[in-house]
Amino acid sequence: MIRAFFNWLMPHPLLTLILTVVWTLLQNQVSAGMVVFGLILGIIIPLITSAWWPDRPQGFKLGKMVSYTLMVIWDIMVANVQVAWIVLTRSNASLRPAWVVIPLELKHPEAISILAGTITLTPGTVSADLSDEGHSLLVHALDCDNPDAVRDEIKNRYERRLMEIFT
Amino acid sequence: MTLQIIGTYAVAFCLFIGAFFSLVGVIGLLKFNDPMTRLHAPTKVGTVGIGALLLASMIHAWVFGEGSMHEALIMAFLFVTAPISANFIAKVNIHRKACETPPDPPKDDTWSTLVDPLAPEDDKALEKA
Repeated sequence: MIRAFFNWLMPHPLLTLILTVVWTLLQNQVSAGMVVFGLILGIIIPLITSAWWPDRPQGFKLGKMVSYTLMVIWDIMVANVQVAWIVLTRSNASLRPAWVVIPLELKHPEAISILAGTITLTPGTVSADLSDEGHSLLVHALDCDNPDAVRDEIKNRYERRLMEIFT
Repeated sequence: MTLQIIGTYAVAFCLFIGAFFSLVGVIGLLKFNDPMTRLHAPTKVGTVGIGALLLASMIHAWVFGEGSMHEALIMAFLFVTAPISANFIAKVNIHRKACETPPDPPKDDTWSTLVDPLAPEDDKALEKA
């Protein structure tokens, strides 16, 4: 009974949490009143918009998402130094840009969006396109001599972890 | 007093890192000669460039005045939206054939940008109609 009421009140608990935190950060100072108001917004907005989230993923592991985010932030910093080095030292003629095709095992649109965003933010790769039925991801690599190695690294490092987050 | 000195150095260091990476991003944008490779420099170097500048602003606010958390929010929104604009530019490049045409995907027919809207519908769509 209580659980059913809770499910009705918060159809999307994570969205409630994010909205509350964003509202509190927007105020730039923590006060009880603003946290409560953020919580009210965080409950009302998912309630009103839940009709537009028909197939949202049910199993979502927040703890693994946090460790994934930290890993990606570290990768972004390493990637920046690598790309800066390529920009400053390599001539245009010696660059070997290549298309990399990644067959996707992920099914959730949310998971694929996160994977594409991660790829764009990390080492010398930009996600460019999705195949017409969403089973492959097209990635452009700035400088790679072996597209298969890039594909395997993305699959092992990012996609495998996202499979665990979105079960 | 010492905290303020450390804060000043930390702010200066972050400003230097941010300015350096922003400069590298601009150099990359000007130097590369292909639309797709040109996309790489600003999307990646820009994130750490702006990130370090925002971090400098945050340290300054915490050490010398009232703490500020707006920068964390800016960074979060920036990291979420930067890949989307990069993706749009890449799609335009593919659509206008400004770059090498990508190889066909292994499982599906073609890439979503290259789907011909005037091509005859496939069997499933015809059956539905």
